[in-house]
Amino acid sequence: MSALVEIRSLSKVYQRGRQRIEVLHHINLDVAQGEFVALMGPSGSGKTTLLNLIGGLDSPTEGTLAVAGERIDQLGQGALARWRAAHVGFVFQFYNLLPMLSAQRNVELPLLLTKLKGAERRRNASVALQLVGLADRATHKPGELSGGQQQRVAIARAIVSDPTLLVCDEPTGDLDRQSAEEVLDLLQQLNRAHGKTIVMVTHDPKAAEHAGRILHLDKGTLVESEQAAA
Amino acid sequence: MKYLHLVWAALTRRKVRTGLTLLSVVVAFVLFGLLESVNSVFTTAGQTVGAAHRLITISKMGLFNPMPVSLEAQIRAVRGVGAVSRYSFFGGTYQSPKNVIGTLFAVQRNFFDLYPEFKIAPSALRAFDATQTGAIVGAALARKYHWKVGDQIPIKSMIYPRKGGSYIWTFDLVGIYHARTPLEEQDFLFRWHYFDEARAFGKGTVGLFVEKIAHPRQASRIAAAIDALSVNSGHETKTQSDSAFAVDFLSQYVDLGLIVHAIMGAVFFTLMLLTGNTMAQAVRERTPELAVLKTLGFSNRSVLSLVLAESVLLVILGGALGLLLAAAVVHVLQGQMGAQLPMMPVGGGIWLRGIVVMALIGLAVGALPARRGMRLRIVDALSGR
Repeated sequence: MSALVEIRSLSKVYQRGRQRIEVLHHINLDVAQGEFVALMGPSGSGKTTLLNLIGGLDSPTEGTLAVAGERIDQLGQGALARWRAAHVGFVFQFYNLLPMLSAQRNVELPLLLTKLKGAERRRNASVALQLVGLADRATHKPGELSGGQQQRVAIARAIVSDPTLLVCDEPTGDLDRQSAEEVLDLLQQLNRAHGKTIVMVTHDPKAAEHAGRILHLDKGTLVESEQAAA
Repeated sequence: MKYLHLVWAALTRRKVRTGLTLLSVVVAFVLFGLLESVNSVFTTAGQTVGAAHRLITISKMGLFNPMPVSLEAQIRAVRGVGAVSRYSFFGGTYQSPKNVIGTLFAVQRNFFDLYPEFKIAPSALRAFDATQTGAIVGAALARKYHWKVGDQIPIKSMIYPRKGGSYIWTFDLVGIYHARTPLEEQDFLFRWHYFDEARAFGKGTVGLFVEKIAHPRQASRIAAAIDALSVNSGHETKTQSDSAFAVDFLSQYVDLGLIVHAIMGAVFFTLMLLTGNTMAQAVRERTPELAVLKTLGFSNRSVLSLVLAESVLLVILGGALGLLLAAAVVHVLQGQMGAQLPMMPVGGGIWLRGIVVMALIGLAVGALPARRGMRLRIVDALSGR
């Protein structure tokens, strides 16, 4: 499989007042097209920072980062926003749905940035909600859904524009075991049946087992890579 | 338009807060509508089609300083002047000192030729010609005092006693005229010759001349030529357009424009502080949501536009409701008080000015929160920093 994500000597430094914090040190990593990678590590190890860089939410201090051959470390803010809209789907620990919008409207959000007409947007959002098993909850607002259901809406929002890459930051961190299993099964299904490339940050070894490969980060450095049982 | 539901969702997120802010905007624009309605009376005074063809000459010392009647013949000879009529401000009260009739004039017969916007029956004009003490009044004024043709109306002059020393002048109502608005139907007009012969002092002097001109473009030249007739004399004149005169006439009582603008300035300043604070609070609360939008690919400019649209929509909604209410209030008051109420209907001009003010206030109060939303860093906002 060809590498979808190519990271070379990637570093990230934050400046907090006079303090210089080096969060990532010269990371080298390839993620293949269609791969499901779990990033694990203790708090402060830099896994969320690495995920943010891969998702184009932040820019590296040094090194190169290419996704599908495009050097996103060289993109400006506007171009990076357009790139995210076209290529990346995001799933967060706390779902981050807009509370005033229905599930359907939340899922439609990324499609507002496309040229699709209203009817097409609604149809695509319905398909995405069907895929995550929530077609009957389309009109419900996030407050009317359980945590697991909200996360599935968030996954539907992440996949509705058919992105190249899904980045998931602790997607089961706020869920009970059963809901977590359902969400992980869903991600696994998206990876296996639909070929989505997924990079997922997690603390939970059981969640990581759903990935094809588990990477361990410690103090900003990749220390270990293993093939998961799944 | 495809983002409208996002803007609306943001506005309705805190219904009580938005409702209270909306209420303050409504109140501010009710006040705006009412004050503009009053102010319009002043700013549009004398702006009729006929007025463009009229000049008014008064003493340079002011309306109540008389000019010699002999000036009329000289004015008539000025090139470009078609017709001249003279009239004098009388000023009087009816029955009680409270019932002041502010626009009470002694006029010549051809006054009505120069004011074609005053619609009057030919029979009334004939009666006016035939009756020494004849008077014609505006329809709104007649309604106010329940006058009808044939009534004898005693008026107490505030300026002129009769030759016997009495200030009471009795007129026979011979006609009622109609005009464009109730406000223009407030005049009480009687014969100038009767006035000139019966008054105890001032015979042979006049308060105003009105000139008809063929071409409004020549107004400045003709006005200058008329004023040149009496330059360096003891009765220098000031000639101006009818509309300018009407504004001057009303402004001698009060500079309403200044008062209106001062009040509205204070109201809108307070409104901006209030609405600005609401918007800042709303955007602060929604920082994670704005960060999510940016994560999904919304550009900085899109986020800026969304927040600005939210504040503009809030002010326009409240402002439109306020102006609608003001229009209804003016309508009801005019129905109840008629021409006694110095107000114009809340029309297109007021709406246009109102919408411009709404948009400007909306943009101003949204500017800082929108800038904050535009500049937020996604990773900081999502991590709660």
